[in-house]
Amino acid sequence: MKKIFSFPKSLKKVPNHYCPGCGHGIVHRLITEVIDELNIREKIIAVAPVGCAVIAYDYWDFDCSEAAHGRALAVATGIKRVQPEKIVFTYQGDGDLAAIGIAETLYAANRGENLTTIFINNAVYGMTGGQMAPTTVLKQKTTTTPLGRGSNNEGPPLKVSEILAGLDGVCFVERNAVCSPAQVLKTKKAIKKAFENQLEGKGFSLVEVLSMCPTCWGKSSEEAVKWVEEEMVKSFPLGRIKG
Amino acid sequence: MAQIKINKELCKGCGLCVMYCPKGIIRRSNKLNKKGYMYVEFKKQKGIDCVGCTFCAVMCPESAIEVFKQ
Repeated sequence: MKKIFSFPKSLKKVPNHYCPGCGHGIVHRLITEVIDELNIREKIIAVAPVGCAVIAYDYWDFDCSEAAHGRALAVATGIKRVQPEKIVFTYQGDGDLAAIGIAETLYAANRGENLTTIFINNAVYGMTGGQMAPTTVLKQKTTTTPLGRGSNNEGPPLKVSEILAGLDGVCFVERNAVCSPAQVLKTKKAIKKAFENQLEGKGFSLVEVLSMCPTCWGKSSEEAVKWVEEEMVKSFPLGRIKG
Repeated sequence: MAQIKINKELCKGCGLCVMYCPKGIIRRSNKLNKKGYMYVEFKKQKGIDCVGCTFCAVMCPESAIEVFKQ
């Protein structure tokens, strides 16, 4: 029998610390699959965020660095400028990229730094216990919005991809989800394109991935997948935004 | 003819593979692994074969599933 789906080479075979049904594990695997396919494992430097994926370097078998909360793109800019031949990418969540790190993100994108960013949007602060994030959708209940996020009180969710797509330095923005096999394969395609853009020196690429957080949403993993498919995509329409 | 191999120590029993298996031949077991999760099992039933679509492996957040095809 021929093996048609195997464990990626760049992923360490250790159990991860994510909750059952979390989307982080799927995106970790997609990134390592793309790196194996492009054969750039020796050239990669990843910058891990602060958030649930803070110890992503324990799972990836290539060079990684860690950044202060929200400053992954500032650190990545430094790495890329000192070693322009390396392929540098950041892996950030919504609390990291869209809240505390929005300034670093906007300016790195505006400068058109030749970087790739994978942005995981799960609509809550997962690591700290499910507080409201900038990307929490309207009427969604979190521990800090027990009556649901209101457009008068907290304002509507921040659409980071659309904001960044308006900047000149950004060459590629796409929003995907990991809620079904078809969407997962589309996400992989987008991540591959984002890495290829960096190899060709085109500029800043961002892939936003809508991900599940069953624990903080108070749902089962099946319900969480359905919620992404049915509710979350209404606030965050999927598809290519730029490039 | 195809078959899958589930690494029961990596599995956390989230059930995404069970949800997306078009043939319904993956099911939750009532056994625990070392970390205390109820892992999933590949159970062949009479007349129903695995088609090797890889949906389970694509959706697995733990990369615990490998797929083999003839």
